[in-house]
Amino acid sequence: MTRIRWTLWAPLAIFGAFVVLVGYQLTQPAQTEVESAMIGKSIPEFDLKPAFADRPGLASADLRDGQPKLLNIFASWCIPCRVEAPQLEQLRRAGAPIHGVAIRDRPEDVAAFLAQYGNPFTRIGADDLSEVQLGIGSSGVPETFVVDGEGVIRYQLIGDIRPEHVPLLLEKLQELAR
Amino acid sequence: MKLLIFLLSLCLTAPVLAQDSMPPAPYAYRQLDDPAQEAKALELMQTLRCLKCQSQSIADSDAPMAGDMRHQVRTRIAAGEEPEAIRAWLMERYGDYVSYKPQISATTWPLFAIPVLLLLVAGLVLRRRLRARS
Repeated sequence: MTRIRWTLWAPLAIFGAFVVLVGYQLTQPAQTEVESAMIGKSIPEFDLKPAFADRPGLASADLRDGQPKLLNIFASWCIPCRVEAPQLEQLRRAGAPIHGVAIRDRPEDVAAFLAQYGNPFTRIGADDLSEVQLGIGSSGVPETFVVDGEGVIRYQLIGDIRPEHVPLLLEKLQELAR
Repeated sequence: MKLLIFLLSLCLTAPVLAQDSMPPAPYAYRQLDDPAQEAKALELMQTLRCLKCQSQSIADSDAPMAGDMRHQVRTRIAAGEEPEAIRAWLMERYGDYVSYKPQISATTWPLFAIPVLLLLVAGLVLRRRLRARS
């Protein structure tokens, strides 16, 4: 007799556990950032034309010259890119080589943006069709990748570089330089 | 003076409102000339997630990045690439998340296994009951 009771309550208990699980998950913040699955993989082949007259364009070979680098995905129309400009400048002054990829941008807009917020980049490629962005698994602007001397992606920072991220990025570069 | 400040602040907000000013990618809104290829591309685009808007497919989204992804899909299909190869190329970059098509993997197999298991158990219980009755 008692065995029948147990089997009667079991489905309700399972259902109750399910409700608790759903309720718990509903209170957890949703993940809205899409991490690149390219970390640990080599950057794809590309050759981008210059984003504006003052800096050369960017090719995948430039990221394989033996020196670890920062690859910053930005755009003149992107508001958080303005916020991270002082941090990029700080990184440049600390000796970090920074290459840029300008997403869907016009040369005159890039020039105006860099004139106003500073230009920390050695090279800037124009990615008019987001091909390089898709190629490295980036899903927005700004994003910053740490690439080692062989062109392998080692780290991805999603969103704008905050002041607390500066030592983190410098540390990542130093680790790779060893 | 207040009016002047107001007008000045309007000038300052103009660049803030500016969005990406580039025209859409060639194949973002243009269909492929071959209807069979376009059908293939559309079927794939409906099962790929827009990374900017996350709950829309790239076929449904007007985000510039979704347009660039459609351009990527259409040009690759036109070049003779198989839809599943393009899906795999994107999944290599963004993980399972970019695809709406359910895939059996190390983390998703219970979703497919549990219903089968439950059906089996239900079938066994039913058989035992029916036997006991007759």
